[in-house]
Amino acid sequence: MITINAIIEIVPQLSRGLGITISVLLASAVFAYLMAFIAGLCRLSKNIFIRKFTGFYVEVFRGTSLIVQLFWLFYAVPMLFGIELGSNWWIGVIAIGLNYGAYLSEVVRGSILSVAKGQTEAATALNMSSFQRMRLIIFPQAVRMMLPEFGNYTIQILKGTSLVSLIGMNDILYHGDIIRSSNLSQAPLVYFLVLVFYFIIALPLIWLTRKGESISKKGVAS
Amino acid sequence: MTEPIVKFQDVHKSFGDTQVLKGINLDINSAEKVAVIGPSGSGKTTIIRMLMTLEEPTSGDIIVGGTNLWKMEKKGQMVRANEKHLREIRGDIGMVFQHFNLFPHMTILENCMTAPIHVKKEAKEEVRDRSIQMLDRVGLGDKLNNYPSQLSGGQKQRVAMARALVMRPKIMLFDEVTSALDPELVGEVLEVIRDIAKNDDMAMVLVTHEMDFALDIADKVLFLDEGVIAEQGTASQVIEHSTNERLQEFLHRFRK
Repeated sequence: MITINAIIEIVPQLSRGLGITISVLLASAVFAYLMAFIAGLCRLSKNIFIRKFTGFYVEVFRGTSLIVQLFWLFYAVPMLFGIELGSNWWIGVIAIGLNYGAYLSEVVRGSILSVAKGQTEAATALNMSSFQRMRLIIFPQAVRMMLPEFGNYTIQILKGTSLVSLIGMNDILYHGDIIRSSNLSQAPLVYFLVLVFYFIIALPLIWLTRKGESISKKGVAS
Repeated sequence: MTEPIVKFQDVHKSFGDTQVLKGINLDINSAEKVAVIGPSGSGKTTIIRMLMTLEEPTSGDIIVGGTNLWKMEKKGQMVRANEKHLREIRGDIGMVFQHFNLFPHMTILENCMTAPIHVKKEAKEEVRDRSIQMLDRVGLGDKLNNYPSQLSGGQKQRVAMARALVMRPKIMLFDEVTSALDPELVGEVLEVIRDIAKNDDMAMVLVTHEMDFALDIADKVLFLDEGVIAEQGTASQVIEHSTNERLQEFLHRFRK
């Protein structure tokens, strides 16, 4: 009985963080996708400077920790360059978006490269321009291949959003921490419920990833 | 005698250190049907891939309809052709591949319609009618909305031919189009090629292992061996009356 009462008490408090968690998730996912396509295509550019520059971005953001990147944007960048990135919400979105964008750009690049060479040749034989080949033939097939990985990384992004509690954002984890600090004995229950919250948000993403996998199996030449 | 539609002039091609073609000289007249035979690795496919602009010759000239394909004039000098120059000439050439290379994310009707609409900027309705007509002709009029993955190899190859034909090329290239097919599907594809050869007035170059078929439809047969054209002439000259030993050996192996 005590547990049920506690649950009834805790759940509404945690759900106050739902808005932040979901809005950071959606915004940083969109930002990450955007970065992924820009950086992924840039890495395939004929221009060596564009390639090297995006390569540098990808390796730096993949090779360092997301928390540290977040703290850089939050503490270091405003001090060093006097740049204010707006609110903490924006800092979280930009850090997560840049980090996962770097990972996803490799997915974009790899998928485009793995469309069978015969597809480019057939498109050339039909006298398509290089832009038409990319837009009509290569890209639509590459996107299908990307879907499962994009689903996976979106679930990762969801979990990554919990880090914004460290820069003072009131997300689900932040509210969990608050409840626990005022009632230490409830720590197991509180963090269990936090997990449940994340899992429930992840469910549609898991479902979409499955869907993506079945779409990607169809309609690709390899 | 009109000017040949395609001329190869001392064309060489190397891949790294390997010399594949060692001086190809070849004329193809408009509406002429040319079969290219020879042992594997002799460079047959490379010849038509260079004509389709998929491989660049190491040296020599390929002239298509009076224009140099791989070179263009710039400030009085002949320089390497750019994409724009290649596109201007490539429009007259179509190709069917060994592995079909249909676009898997499009229905077979869309496979046929995409290039005329986007490349030649033709009206959609007209292209649709022509594509349906062409798919009918290759015997696939009832599969318009199927995806390539739902078709047999022979059907896929017939779609690939319809897709090339709706572009109305003046030269059609066939790259071992039956080699990837199960034996019982070869016939239906050859039938379509025979039909095109008889009724259309485009030039055709077939790289093939189907010796009897080549003999039947080709005006000219080339025997390619070790990077050179070792023998050429009418089908009966080359296949039946040649004294070239390598050719005899090659044909003998085939007929066994």
